[in-house]
Amino acid sequence: MTLIIEKETHARNIHKFVIKSPLIARHAKPGQFVVIRAFEKSERIPITICDKDAKNGTITLYIQEVGASTARIAGLKEGENFLDIAGPLGRPAHITKVGKVITIGGGVGSAITYPETKAYKESGNYVISIMGFRSKDHVILEDEMKVVSDEAYITTDDGSYKEKGFVTDKLREIIKRGDKIDEVLVIGPAIMMKVVSDITKEHKIKTIASLNSIMVDGTGMCGACRVEVGGKTKFACVDGPEFDAHQVDFDLLLKRIAMYADEEKESYEKITGKDKDGKE
Amino acid sequence: MAKNKIRIEMPKQSAESRSKNFEEVALGYTEEMALLEAERCLECKDPVCIEGCPVNVQIPSFIKYIKEKKYAEAAAKIKETNSLPSVCGRVCPQEEQCEAKCILSKAGKPVAIGRLERFAGDFALDEKTRTCAVKFKAGKNSVAVVGSGPGGLTCAADLAIKGYDVTIYEALHEAGGVLVYGIPEFRLPKSIVKAEVEYLKSIGVKFQMNVVIGKTMSLHDLFDEGFKAVYLGLGAGLPKFMNLPGENLLSIYSANEYLTRTNLMKAYKFPEYDTPIKKGNKVAVIGGGNVAMDAVRSALRYGANQAMIIYRRSKEELPARKEEIENAEEEGVKFHFLVNPLEFIGDDDGFVKHIKLQKMELGEPDSSGRRKPVPIKGSEFLFDVDVVVVAIGQTANPVLLEVTPEIKTNKWGNIEIFNEYGQTSMKGVFAGGDIVTGEATVIQAMGAGKKSAEGIDLFIKSL
Ligand SMILES: Cc1cc2nc3c(=O)[nH]c(=O)nc-3n(C[C@H](O)[C@H](O)[C@H](O)COP(=O)(O)OP(=O)(O)OC[C@H]3O[C@@H](n4cnc5c(N)ncnc54)[C@H](O)[C@@H]3O)c2cc1C
Ligand SMILES: Cc1cc2nc3c(=O)[nH]c(=O)nc-3n(C[C@H](O)[C@H](O)[C@H](O)COP(=O)(O)OP(=O)(O)OC[C@H]3O[C@@H](n4cnc5c(N)ncnc54)[C@H](O)[C@@H]3O)c2cc1C
Ligand code: SF4
Ligand code: SF4
Ligand code: FES
Repeated sequence: MTLIIEKETHARNIHKFVIKSPLIARHAKPGQFVVIRAFEKSERIPITICDKDAKNGTITLYIQEVGASTARIAGLKEGENFLDIAGPLGRPAHITKVGKVITIGGGVGSAITYPETKAYKESGNYVISIMGFRSKDHVILEDEMKVVSDEAYITTDDGSYKEKGFVTDKLREIIKRGDKIDEVLVIGPAIMMKVVSDITKEHKIKTIASLNSIMVDGTGMCGACRVEVGGKTKFACVDGPEFDAHQVDFDLLLKRIAMYADEEKESYEKITGKDKDGKE
Repeated sequence: MAKNKIRIEMPKQSAESRSKNFEEVALGYTEEMALLEAERCLECKDPVCIEGCPVNVQIPSFIKYIKEKKYAEAAAKIKETNSLPSVCGRVCPQEEQCEAKCILSKAGKPVAIGRLERFAGDFALDEKTRTCAVKFKAGKNSVAVVGSGPGGLTCAADLAIKGYDVTIYEALHEAGGVLVYGIPEFRLPKSIVKAEVEYLKSIGVKFQMNVVIGKTMSLHDLFDEGFKAVYLGLGAGLPKFMNLPGENLLSIYSANEYLTRTNLMKAYKFPEYDTPIKKGNKVAVIGGGNVAMDAVRSALRYGANQAMIIYRRSKEELPARKEEIENAEEEGVKFHFLVNPLEFIGDDDGFVKHIKLQKMELGEPDSSGRRKPVPIKGSEFLFDVDVVVVAIGQTANPVLLEVTPEIKTNKWGNIEIFNEYGQTSMKGVFAGGDIVTGEATVIQAMGAGKKSAEGIDLFIKSL
């Protein structure tokens, strides 16, 4: 049982949880995640460790409501518990001083880029962050990201806040202005990561993507999370979740994460009484 | 009283009904049946059956208690050397172990030792009837056990009985290792594993779930916390794939994933439970061992029209237990022998649609003594499927070992041990079970856990 110390709803459908988990807090590094089974009958789902406080023994998670499991988690309150939480899992990000770095986050992915953006900054890099959201009321972590970025940009699909457009528009603009970019980190919907990767490949900029494959155990035991990187099968939970984006078969990832679309719809409707396609 | 001479069969759910549910197939002896079967044991002076048991269960002694209707005593007798009788009574390959040695097997059929063990074990599962269980005293020296599979559970139980303060660390949310995530409910009900775990708690063993040693804590952290010794019962948890084209298509599972979704996550109760699984109409399971049988019989229970085994050798070479092969046949599983997959072909959405198979013939015996399958050129053909389960084995899970170079492993990634107690290359660290031997059996893992408990006791006393 893991106690929820703090819960706050940031923007639409994105919930911040600060939870008591001293062992995970002590060992967590940027790029790692936890696996949560919130209730007895729940799935095990992976969530990135967005921040940690080793002294107080807490970790911070940002969870976006997208389906049955996350909808039920969204209903949890301060003082309640997650039934099970295991971590920190996955390989820590390999962050060094390389020069100029762009970190790109899409939606809740922006929260996931936060610990690494911070680590890039602390390692002495010049950091440009680009966060993309659907609209104004989806924006999260704006102030926090500003603090750890030399330049911070926000795009919204509908132009209701800051710059109208996609993160890829901003990325192209920065590349165009002639900056020498040494590394790009991208975390967000698979399709966004694919487009970013295509752009940076063209410009030969090293790019790292954090793959959001479907997981079960998160410890390398099942192979649910398999992805293809450089033509080889890898298990995202133990070999990743971060990989060289230019080597990733994103088309396969896109298909694999949609594998249970029908079942997910059924679960979501059962739990919320809402039609999944009709929401949002 | 006329002695019963006929081996008493165990009642089973009919093939017709059991192939549609996940409930236990074999229903267990009634008291009357157990008494009749127990009568058959000759209580040999020199009980050779015991030699066949990797943990030396005192077979005639426990059967004698059954004859006297002292069932709790029978269970306690078994538990002196085997802390999981209800599990072993169900899943031990008795036909190769204790029963193979029984003197009666020469003239006819051996005593049904496994079934009697199950009967006694189940009797004592209840709290009320557990009173005879071994007494324990919590000691001051503490030992950590990593992994809660049968090996870890046994090591922990034996150490607790010897007076150690034992904590089990387990990566998953439930204790039991393969017993909970691999072996299906219809062969080993999870309530049985739970009850055995409760028994361990009752003798003072502590459980820390959701802790991945090597990630959540390191092995060194355990020693820093004051543990005097550590037992590693990590199991063989890394699924093998064939590295064929199309193997990552949708609805192609490793047996581990397929069985974990089913057993640990209860996908067969979806949508009551949240974890989904692809049910499929034509399900092909590749492999011929116990794991493959468990997967294919699960597929049948999910409602597959055709649940099939694809095996590259012939029926004689199937490595699965005979009883389970027969059960599978009775339930309607189809077997395709002497065929080997070459490639998987999918539809536009990426779901598997066909397997390209190649026919095989048996050639010369290989190093394992089995005749080696040789491909027949030009015999390729397409086979329609909508779910595939790859059950060709597993290797050592590297999560802990890759961050602990002090522990020497062999070329397959299994831990090297340096004496009969499972001493590893790191001081105070012992190992046993599948992580040392590669995939083996429940009782072998338990035997190793037991040996290591002795070794750990000696080690701590020598400190
Ligand atoms: C390493 C990693 C880190 C992640 N970090 C975060 C995070 O910090 N915050 C966050 O909001 N989300 C994160 N995710 C995604 C999150 O795990 C999924 O959104 C969640 O599992 C959806 O579950 P659901 O039942 O609510 O939705 P569903 O309706 O079941 O699924 C919605 C989508 O989520 C994906 N998904 C479903 N089940 C799983 C599963 N068991 N494992 C992985 N993906 C699944 C599928 O692609 C699906 O299309 C991360 C995923 C990975 C792999
Ligand atoms: C589907 C299937 C059916 C089988 N059927 C039979 C049968 O009928 N009869 C039979 O005798 N044998 C059978 N076997 C084999 C038998 O189950 C195994 O040989 C036995 O379980 C091995 O026991 P173990 O204690 O070594 O490890 P396991 O049972 O594999 O347990 C290892 C445990 O350690 C945990 N772990 C691993 N790494 C870590 C870590 N770093 N930190 C914390 N925890 C960790 C794992 O999560 C797991 O729970 C079957 C196996 C399978 C997969
Ligand atoms: S533990 Fe297994 S091998 Fe030993 S007596 Fe019992 S059933 Fe036979
Ligand atoms: S060998 Fe057979 S008959 Fe003899 S004691 Fe053992 S079980 Fe009984
Ligand atoms: S989630 Fe099971 S192996 Fe990665």
